[in-house]
Amino acid sequence: MLKFPEPGDLVRVWKNGLVLEGIVMPNTEFSSENILIIKLSNGYNIGVDVGKSRVEVLKERAYEVGKIPEPTTTSVKGSGIGKLKFISTGGTIASRVEYETGAVKPAINAEELIEMLPEYLESFSTIEVLELYRLLSEDLTPKHWGRISEEVFRSFENNADAVVIAHGTDTMGYTAAALAFSLQKLPAPVMLVGAQRSSDRPSTDSIINLKACAVIGKEAPFGEVVVVMHGSSSDSYVLAHRGVKVRKMHSSRRDAFQSINDKPLARVDFPSKKLTLINKRFIKRHTREELTHTSKFSEKAALIKFYPNLDCGLINYLIDKGVKGIVLEGSGLGHVRNACVPAISRAVDEGTLVVMTTQTLFGRVNMKVYTTGRKLIKAGVLPASDILPETAYVKLSWLLGNFPIDSLEELKRKFLVNYVNEFNPSHEKNHFPRWYHGG
Amino acid sequence: MEGEDLNYKELGLKVGLEIHQQLNTKHKLFCSCSTELATDEVKRGLFERYLKATKSEVGEIDPAALYEMRKGRKIIYEVPEGHACLVEMDEEPPHELNREALTIALAIAKALRSTSVDEIYVMRKIVIDGSNTTGFQRTAIVALGGEVNDVEGSVGIQTVCLEEDAARKVSEGEGYIRYNLDRLGIPLIEISTAPDIKNPEQAMRVALKLGLLMRLSGKVKRGLGTIRQDLNISIRGGVKTEVKGVSKLELIPKVIKYEVLRQLNLLKIRDELRERGISEDFVKNEPSDITEVLVKSKSKLVLRSVKKGLRAYAIRLRGFKGILGWEVQPNRRFGTELSDYAKAWGGVQGIIHSDELPKYGITQEIVNELFNQLGLNPLKDAFLFVLANQERAERALNAVIDRIKKALHGVPKETRGANPDGTTKYLRPQPGAARMYPETDVPPVRVTEELMMEAEKIQPPTPDEMLSELVNRHGLSNELANQLIRDPHITTYLDLVAELPNVQPQLIASTILIHLKNLRSEGLNVNNVGVEDLKQLLSMVGNGVIAKEAIPEVLKIYLKSEGKESIQEVIKEFRSITQDELEEIVKETLEELRHEVLRRGGKAFSFIMGKVMAKVRGRADGELVARVVKEKLSELIKDGNE
Repeated sequence: MLKFPEPGDLVRVWKNGLVLEGIVMPNTEFSSENILIIKLSNGYNIGVDVGKSRVEVLKERAYEVGKIPEPTTTSVKGSGIGKLKFISTGGTIASRVEYETGAVKPAINAEELIEMLPEYLESFSTIEVLELYRLLSEDLTPKHWGRISEEVFRSFENNADAVVIAHGTDTMGYTAAALAFSLQKLPAPVMLVGAQRSSDRPSTDSIINLKACAVIGKEAPFGEVVVVMHGSSSDSYVLAHRGVKVRKMHSSRRDAFQSINDKPLARVDFPSKKLTLINKRFIKRHTREELTHTSKFSEKAALIKFYPNLDCGLINYLIDKGVKGIVLEGSGLGHVRNACVPAISRAVDEGTLVVMTTQTLFGRVNMKVYTTGRKLIKAGVLPASDILPETAYVKLSWLLGNFPIDSLEELKRKFLVNYVNEFNPSHEKNHFPRWYHGG
Repeated sequence: MEGEDLNYKELGLKVGLEIHQQLNTKHKLFCSCSTELATDEVKRGLFERYLKATKSEVGEIDPAALYEMRKGRKIIYEVPEGHACLVEMDEEPPHELNREALTIALAIAKALRSTSVDEIYVMRKIVIDGSNTTGFQRTAIVALGGEVNDVEGSVGIQTVCLEEDAARKVSEGEGYIRYNLDRLGIPLIEISTAPDIKNPEQAMRVALKLGLLMRLSGKVKRGLGTIRQDLNISIRGGVKTEVKGVSKLELIPKVIKYEVLRQLNLLKIRDELRERGISEDFVKNEPSDITEVLVKSKSKLVLRSVKKGLRAYAIRLRGFKGILGWEVQPNRRFGTELSDYAKAWGGVQGIIHSDELPKYGITQEIVNELFNQLGLNPLKDAFLFVLANQERAERALNAVIDRIKKALHGVPKETRGANPDGTTKYLRPQPGAARMYPETDVPPVRVTEELMMEAEKIQPPTPDEMLSELVNRHGLSNELANQLIRDPHITTYLDLVAELPNVQPQLIASTILIHLKNLRSEGLNVNNVGVEDLKQLLSMVGNGVIAKEAIPEVLKIYLKSEGKESIQEVIKEFRSITQDELEEIVKETLEELRHEVLRRGGKAFSFIMGKVMAKVRGRADGELVARVVKEKLSELIKDGNE
């Protein structure tokens, strides 16, 4: 072998009396050592062990493999009314495979969006696509939330009538909460949308999720940050969940996103595209002028999940690192082991806010029922009602980032303010899902 | 046409086979669901989807279905409990490639002398008719190359693939299609041969051999719909035509012969059209509404359609007289080919053309009037029409005109479907290069030494090896062995031979091949004889509890009882009688017929033998009966003579 074959090369392989020709493909994370992936003319890929076959390069770079364009801002004109701002941060919804090579291209521009959803042209007069990031959602940090928030604010300043944010689903709930706190009195819904099946698949769920965004953006009466995702395994309706009350509850299903301790705000049925309001408690649309913007997020907040025998040193470690707000995801009504009380007392003494949420997710924290709860309150823990642990973490990050907080009491007071319905004072019977119990 | 003798060598016939066979694994290819189909009693849930169908994804879908999908056809899925999980629902990523299925595929590949790849990469092949919830079929090349022997020369193997079966279509209607998910994900092995096959008989032999080889692994499913053959057929001057879904082996030679005839006739039609000086401009897409003339005919077909709001749209075919009525396959004319296009693209019932008229209640008078209205010469020209709404008619006629233009160039590239009579019908254009891309959710599988050793353990013998084993080791006659090797029950035979060491293989083979077959021809449902029944019956024979002569009788009574009696109960009635009992019966018989016996003297043997056999048939060995009869008879005659 004169030259080691590289992706894109046309090669001939002699193996066990067989002679094969094909294009070398880039290896995957799971490819074994010495394996060359070759795409045959029938479209199939096979793995060939270079140690057990003879390989000759017939033509170098016979095929250009995996070139990804630079991120851009692009726009197209439509025949409808209003301006849609589409901000892509990455994730499954923006990922499309290059059929020839199988390389995943995490990029999207206006033209590609319209190719997916030609009907956007009929809905809007301008469709502007900003490719802000190409990140998988697990790699997003509070810094990114701030930047996304600024872009949304700028979009409204520039007369956007609807804002859609394409986002990876894993941490979509966190970003939704961050936007909800940082952009209040919104003139229109800000919609986070994702896909559980990538957009290159014929079975992708992104199509009707995106279609629903157009309907919600135009018709919904609320001015809130919402997560717009499938409501069932069928392509029959899409839900808009309040950003501070939504959680990804399944690792792979289309209807993974559910409102916890709250009802979804609205649903859009398909194929009728009929919008139905589900939740009467919503924040109505405001004028553009009323929009408030506070886009800083502190990195001095943390979230700890309690488990039996939790190492209380973790709390001490966080205090030593200078963390100013800790959310505890306690058991049941809001408990951690008694052994951790001294560490918590120390945190409070050093001016760190410790907030208690529950890992049952459903229901409310009540720390007055059992001794441990009472002890924790005495140590200075703030019971945080029915807020989701993730939302509490984002809220702390936002409070610490935007307000000069002189005293712990002031921070506590602000934390208990119900800014965007992150607390729900009333849990009704149907706020808890029914599971299958036979029969 | 049927009896026409064709010289395939001269015609340059080339045939390639593609055989799909379901594997009988415990689990599906990418999840742990069972590979058994759900019965009607199984509770089922439902969900609905739409598939994204973009322009470039024509692939393996019929044009009308593609059109429907683009329009937003709803796909309804049934989820039978226990037979499909979130993986089939496309709600969970696929699990790792099923090891059992892979081992079987590698074993079969090895028996074909194919070279396995070093690492297996699963691909996604776009299929958007809804039969895969994902919109693609998962498929992987396991091995390449190899061959299968045949008396007329060996036939090369191109690829051995492992893939997932599609969902089962339940129904279809206006705006929807409905599938059951139980079949989705059952492992399939696909063997593709090179186009080395040179005549219809050879194609059948090779298909049979490949089928048998897979069956001999003992790891494949049997029964209706578990094996499917596709054919690629071409002749010199024609084109490679794909024929899908030949479900019966015996149909293969017919399908090939008819396809050759079709291509030959299409070439003749081309020549005839050229001779007539017809060019593409003769065929104009200018439909005329001829409904008003047609309704005068009182044709029920026409009146019914008009009542539904449909109209008749005709196109003129100048110079085409006789071409549409030209038979291209038995009972299929060139007009039938056009009709297929109209159905496939326009979703209409078909076309009616002037070469077949008068018919359907449309009289000669009306036909003349139509020629007149269309400004055509009945002696030279032709016309055709569809009964449809305007939108469907447009699609149908566009496709028909396209097809007619192609007739000027010979045989178009098509994917066709096999009809039960061996003729074929147009399904769709042939897909370009397969729309395939990597299945990134399934990690590649390294084909290790260990995996190959596992495969070796279950590697099936080739049919030739099996044949010699049946004759040399099992002691079967050549005839029985040859019969067995062509019979799907050979695996039952092999299981029984292994489990019943004290029963002669010859007896097992004849029970399966002769006795059960005879009972079937008597109209009994021999499917009700289970492997367990056969095992009990044959082991009783092996232990000497009943005579081997009793086998057909036991089976017959058992089948006639229709489940009222168990096989053990039937066997009890046939328990062999002891020699003492036999001697007693013979004596009694001789006593009863003493007079007659003495009258016949030495010639009475066969008479008495018959009488005794009637009493003990199945309960005593024939040779023993003969010996006892002979003995007692000579005693009696001796006594009588004294």
